[in-house]
Amino acid sequence: MNKYNFAFFDEQSKREIRRALLKAVAIPGYQVPFASREMPIARGWGTGGLQVMLAIVGKKDVIKVIDQGSDDSVNAVSIRKFIQQMTGVLETAETSEASIVQSRHRVPEVPLTGEQILILQVPIPEPLRETEQSELRAKRLHAEKEYSGVWLSLFEQIMKYGCTATGADHPTMVHERYVMSPSPIPRYDNRRLNDCAALILFGAGREKKIYALPPYTKVESLAFVDRPFVSESMHGKICRLCGAEGVFLDESVQAAGAGPFYECNDTGYCRQRQSSKSRLDRGEQSGD
Amino acid sequence: MAYVAVKGGEAAIAESIKRLRYERLRERRTIAVKAIRSGLRALVDRVMSEASLYAKELAALAIKQAEGNPEEATFLLRAYRSTLPRKYYSRLTSMGSMFVERRISAAFKDIAGGQLLGASADYTHRLLDFNLEKETSANVRAWLAAFQREQEAEKPSVMPRVELPRVTDILRSEGLLRRMQQDDTAPRDITRQSMTFPAERSERLQTLTRGESGAVVALGYAAIRGYGLAAHPTVAALMVGRVAITIDYPLGACDSDDEALYLGQVRVTEVDAIIPAAKKGQGGKQEIEIRLGYGLCFGQNESKAIAMSVLDYCLEHPIPDSPVHDEEFVLTHIDSVEASGFISHLKLPHYVTFQSELDAARRINRGER
Amino acid sequence: METNEGAVLSLQNFRKQFGSGCEKCADLDERHLQRNYCPNCRTTYACADVSLELYGGEILGVVGESGSGKSTLLRCLYFDEEASSGEAFLQGYKSGQVNIFTETGQQKRYIRNYHLGMVYQNPYMGLRMSFSSIGNIAEKLIAAGGRSVDEMTGRATSLLHKVDIPPYRFLETPATFSGGMQQRVQIAKALSNNPPILLLDEITTGLDLSVQAKVLDLIKGIQRELSISMIVVSHDLAVIRMLAERTIVMLDGKIVEQGLTDQVLEDPQHPYTQKLVQSLL
Repeated sequence: MNKYNFAFFDEQSKREIRRALLKAVAIPGYQVPFASREMPIARGWGTGGLQVMLAIVGKKDVIKVIDQGSDDSVNAVSIRKFIQQMTGVLETAETSEASIVQSRHRVPEVPLTGEQILILQVPIPEPLRETEQSELRAKRLHAEKEYSGVWLSLFEQIMKYGCTATGADHPTMVHERYVMSPSPIPRYDNRRLNDCAALILFGAGREKKIYALPPYTKVESLAFVDRPFVSESMHGKICRLCGAEGVFLDESVQAAGAGPFYECNDTGYCRQRQSSKSRLDRGEQSGD
Repeated sequence: MAYVAVKGGEAAIAESIKRLRYERLRERRTIAVKAIRSGLRALVDRVMSEASLYAKELAALAIKQAEGNPEEATFLLRAYRSTLPRKYYSRLTSMGSMFVERRISAAFKDIAGGQLLGASADYTHRLLDFNLEKETSANVRAWLAAFQREQEAEKPSVMPRVELPRVTDILRSEGLLRRMQQDDTAPRDITRQSMTFPAERSERLQTLTRGESGAVVALGYAAIRGYGLAAHPTVAALMVGRVAITIDYPLGACDSDDEALYLGQVRVTEVDAIIPAAKKGQGGKQEIEIRLGYGLCFGQNESKAIAMSVLDYCLEHPIPDSPVHDEEFVLTHIDSVEASGFISHLKLPHYVTFQSELDAARRINRGER
Repeated sequence: METNEGAVLSLQNFRKQFGSGCEKCADLDERHLQRNYCPNCRTTYACADVSLELYGGEILGVVGESGSGKSTLLRCLYFDEEASSGEAFLQGYKSGQVNIFTETGQQKRYIRNYHLGMVYQNPYMGLRMSFSSIGNIAEKLIAAGGRSVDEMTGRATSLLHKVDIPPYRFLETPATFSGGMQQRVQIAKALSNNPPILLLDEITTGLDLSVQAKVLDLIKGIQRELSISMIVVSHDLAVIRMLAERTIVMLDGKIVEQGLTDQVLEDPQHPYTQKLVQSLL
């Protein structure tokens, strides 16, 4: 592997991605184009996040990589291994120990601190894509802060279904200026982007865009004043492994008739709780 | 536990990779990189073109590793390309200096310098040649020796230097094709600076020449079949040949080619396609103008180069509501690594996003607000 | 230049040309033009220096044959097309001090959303056919900053009631509606933000006579009730006679006659108007 430079890229490439990152941090929620490189993992498999990671990772960093909340998911393993091979940095499954967390579609349950950076992988960075296919026109709409299309599509959902029908990737308004795709995180995670202590970086490799939320940025999920934003309902559901409540749970299907069971989606968080379960049992149970 | 089973562990991944290696080797044979390079010339050309890295040896290695899957081989080569620093940009290469191996024109029966057929499968019948099953190195050597004797016998003692005028220059001299201002603006390197829309022509040409061959051919075909210009382009010239690549002497720009550093040659396919179009002439008079579409790609890759020339024309002359004339549509969908990457990402677990959708569906079906 | 006393809209020397123009035709000298067309540079002057005023609460009729420039006039006022030159002032926008033709795209959008309503001849231009009728009306409310679902649906329902769309069809898409109904949804949409000015382009063309009458009644009713100023463009003198108090006659991009509707129709001065009125009788 010594045929490759530290963190895979040549230094020139890293500097260029860092420049895009700086611009992204300076204009929260604004999508900065960057010359996305082809990576040894496939486009659509987290190359945007990976490029951001490789551009910022240093020798003393401790990294955590999760995919849909899991440290063990095939793609998380593959990305973590690659970063490790190219840098030799330490890795961890515990959120609190990591200095950089790369994640696909989840914000870790353990609240992030100002010492940490969260990198989210983004498949489709353009929140207006659904209502405006042309990138050129979408760019103009952003420039003019003209977001009627997004609002109208939410309104139509309410007309059609009685409530908004967004799954993951519910659009957000950043710093009262740019409408931003939070990446396909569940709606439960949207509110956790707001006023977050950590720097959050978004990388879209295939679409060649980088954007960012500096610490403590205001992030609002788009919602009409009389139809408040609704997260996924975790009400009355408990993790069967660690007993956690009020966290994002995976629903698993058993044989017919047995009904679903639930486990923490954030596997690192769950394991940590299990190992200190006795202490938790003595104390008061709390969700987050 | 069915759904959780998609989470593999590190051990499972290691086993999967081992299995992949086994599939490549199970017949107890290995194919030499050299054999791929010499015997799979078309595939090597295609992979170099789609990866936009002219390196036969590396392309052959990628093909070996990818077990011949061009999408995978392109991917490997592109990823490797990402690690290479961009140290120099080549000097302007004049296509007029091409060492031509094949040059045909569909526009004229005969052209100055003649039609040079070169090597092409165009004039063969596509019948499986079962003799190839029994081809041995002895056969090959004997055939080559005979071929060389034949060549020697026919070769004139002094090779006349034949000038090959460009077909488009002939049309220009007749005033049928507009003379264009030579434009030597440095192209925007799309591998260093992300392409933004509206794209410059240099960005469009780079994206087209890196395009996946099948995708470029399919869209070019759609354009001439009726979902676009609906005109029949004529290939003014298709040329296959080698051109020299030079860079400025690193300590300063140089004025003449003699002072430049010669890096080597690349084989390319170049196409000038001509397409007649209506235009408003002086004073708004309707006229017919002959316009040009340009295709150029690494290696001998003729369908791709022709389709590229059609698409170059389409993007230079947009027609509203026609996808093949829409640069965002064409340029964002023809890249092999991007298209195959996003399609294949559907294999990744999506249980969080899916559950989120499920939640919305249930909420709606329960009639909650 | 600014708006005249009492005019909600003032248009001065408005020109829309297709083509580059040349030194021969730039001054619109009739000796060089064939009607509104310059044979030298093949430029068409769809609107050749049109000036007009629209007063508060009035309906101004614009009549003329197809190609006379009357629809182009509306499309430019609604910014669907860009004016080539000239000035337009709205009393309600920046106190009528600013030429709206030279405002930024963002400002033009604001003017469309707050000061103007438009009803097109072809409902496909004015409606999103795959969105609900309520959603269509909400679109304009959202664009003007509406963020309350209940308020917007309330407003949309009352407007749809006003234009006689049966309530059980409020959530349906206009694609499934008859031409007359589509036109009425368009009118409701145009009214959604209480614009001071409504632009109506051949809105009854292509409708059955009985349906036409209903749409015209609706317009008349709206004008009486809300005293919105309107410009009604039509090639149909009957429509103009019924709606407009004042009428402008356009031919080849120019205004050839104007006055009170009765006066224009009873005692036409220009030969073209005379022919037009005769053909109606």
